[in-house]
Amino acid sequence: MKIIDWLADAKNRGFVKKASYAALVLVFGADFFVHRHHGAFFWDNLPGYGAVYGFISCIVIIIVSKAIGHAWLMKKEDYYD
Amino acid sequence: MIEWAHPGAILIIGAALVPFLKGRIKQTYLLILPVLAFAAIVSAAPGTHGVVHLLNQKLVFGRVDRLSLVFGYIFAIMAFIGVIYGMHVKRDGEYIAALLYVGGSMGAVFAGDFITLFIFWELMAFASLFLIWFKGDKASDEAGYRYILVHIFGGVCLLGGIILYYANTGSIEFNAIKTGGPAFYMILAGFLINAAVPPFSAWLADAYPEATIMGAVFMCAFTTKTAVYVLIRGFAGTELLIWMGVIMAVYGVVYATLENDGRRLLAYHIISQVGYMVAGIGIGTELALNGSTAHAFAHILYKGLLFMGVGAVMQMTGKRKLTDLGGIYKTMPITMILYMVGAFSISAFPLFSGFVSKSMVISAAEESHIGWAVLLLTSASSGTFISLGLKLPYYMFFGEDSGIRTKEPPLNMLVGMGIAAFLCIAIGVWPGALYSVLPFPVDYAPYTAQHVVTALGILLFTALGFFLLLKRIHPEPSRSLDTDWFYRKGARLFLKFAERPVATVDAFVGELHTTMALGPAKRLASVSLSFDIGIIDALVNLAGWLTRFAAWVAHKFDVYVVDGLVNSAATLVSVNAGAWRRLQTGQIQNYALIMVLGLVVIIGGILLGIRP
Repeated sequence: MKIIDWLADAKNRGFVKKASYAALVLVFGADFFVHRHHGAFFWDNLPGYGAVYGFISCIVIIIVSKAIGHAWLMKKEDYYD
Repeated sequence: MIEWAHPGAILIIGAALVPFLKGRIKQTYLLILPVLAFAAIVSAAPGTHGVVHLLNQKLVFGRVDRLSLVFGYIFAIMAFIGVIYGMHVKRDGEYIAALLYVGGSMGAVFAGDFITLFIFWELMAFASLFLIWFKGDKASDEAGYRYILVHIFGGVCLLGGIILYYANTGSIEFNAIKTGGPAFYMILAGFLINAAVPPFSAWLADAYPEATIMGAVFMCAFTTKTAVYVLIRGFAGTELLIWMGVIMAVYGVVYATLENDGRRLLAYHIISQVGYMVAGIGIGTELALNGSTAHAFAHILYKGLLFMGVGAVMQMTGKRKLTDLGGIYKTMPITMILYMVGAFSISAFPLFSGFVSKSMVISAAEESHIGWAVLLLTSASSGTFISLGLKLPYYMFFGEDSGIRTKEPPLNMLVGMGIAAFLCIAIGVWPGALYSVLPFPVDYAPYTAQHVVTALGILLFTALGFFLLLKRIHPEPSRSLDTDWFYRKGARLFLKFAERPVATVDAFVGELHTTMALGPAKRLASVSLSFDIGIIDALVNLAGWLTRFAAWVAHKFDVYVVDGLVNSAATLVSVNAGAWRRLQTGQIQNYALIMVLGLVVIIGGILLGIRP
């Protein structure tokens, strides 16, 4: 738990951020060097596909879901009472 | 030597003894039952066992093959974990319901014919109902009623389909069902309701969050996975299921993103995960069916673990809404770590169980060149990580400190979670063991460099997106509309809507009654009254008058005629009597004179020839 406290500590925020970005860059960069099997789809041959697609998916899911929710699906908690 | 012991029967019959045992003996006994069931499954020889002939039908209780065995294994393992996790529960009924429920799902998995399947199918529905009701508040009572009504509806669809199937084929054997026709679709509908495929999915997110803490751990494992098993058995390669599965996977993700209730969020992710399995069944290749089976196996463990983690927080804090929690990691660090193992597994991190099973389904979609399915299922993976790997832990265990200070849950809960977490990692690290029990031979390598890097890219960049949009993902107290609206709110609105037409019809019928029935009746009555007054009364009065007249006439006749006669007779008598009275003087010489006169008259008559 000390690790979490340390991570959450404002003093270390700069380091945590840098380390996180480093991990992102590493994963994105690694995709350019791995051996690719010849995929069935064009995106299988694009380096960095996973990172880009994951990021886009995340943004789209959050924004679209919340938009549908606020426009239509989400009701007050006592809606059925 | 018993040739074959039914693992479900061990649990079902074993449940009967639970109320008679106490303390440590009961706890040991509860642990032994799943172990015995597991032993029965391991020792079962492939083939057909437990055949019962009934009414010219062959009921098969024990179809043992690779497909039924793998589901049997994981059901027994999960029952064991669930019993440990619930060991502190005092209520016998909860154990009995759980054992009957697991026994029912094993019975369904080993059933070789539709009748046997149907019996165990219903046992599952009714036993699990009590796992909801034992929570004992208003919300669980109501959710339980809705739950059982939906499952009765599903059971009726299944039974109707079975009857039609028997009418068409003359057989009740449960094997792959030939496409098309009402029997096919009715049986499919019955199965899809239990698999929680939208629009039949709302019961799951409605009921599971309202179950007891132990009950939810059991429920998340068995109903939907038994449905996955029967879909593999009966409907492998049904193209419709690819669509349905992919829609399910995305649907669960969208609802989970909106959800604030921790257990309902997990429930929506059951739907999402079962979507991968259903899509795999629809693809129907050996790789896809292996993937669906492996994913069901892995899912039971990590989803059980997630429900145990959130259940432990609920047990210790009494809360399950993300907006009420936060900062719990400080006092429940072990629970948090074990939960995170489940979260990494469901998010398909390399070295965790979801990675080796989910990737099989996605690879099968790639092999079958179904591009849109690959893309949407990959997106749903990202959504899974958002809700279960980031949002739920962030707002429950970390995030803004709610100030709640508690302690770790009872040891038995941690042990149950620990076993599940160990298995999640073990499957992720050594997938070979799981692959070796899958229904078809496996020639699949999950850990290629490209797979691993792509998966990490998706997950880490999803995390980046999450933290960038942290303000937007904030959980909000709300209740999301789902298809249960139709039977919760819709029914009420329908009644309201129906009121007006009903009132109109009522008024019309009333009017009709007034004009067509009451009016004539009234008129008849008034006519009768007039007739009564006019004719009957007149006749009566006339009769009366006549009677009185007759009486008057009679009276006058009486007075004047009869009385007159009587009086005149009397007058005559009294006049004569006066004359006679004078004759009767009372003197003997007068009577003697009259006698002599009489004698003279008589003798004179004789003498003159007068004969009497």
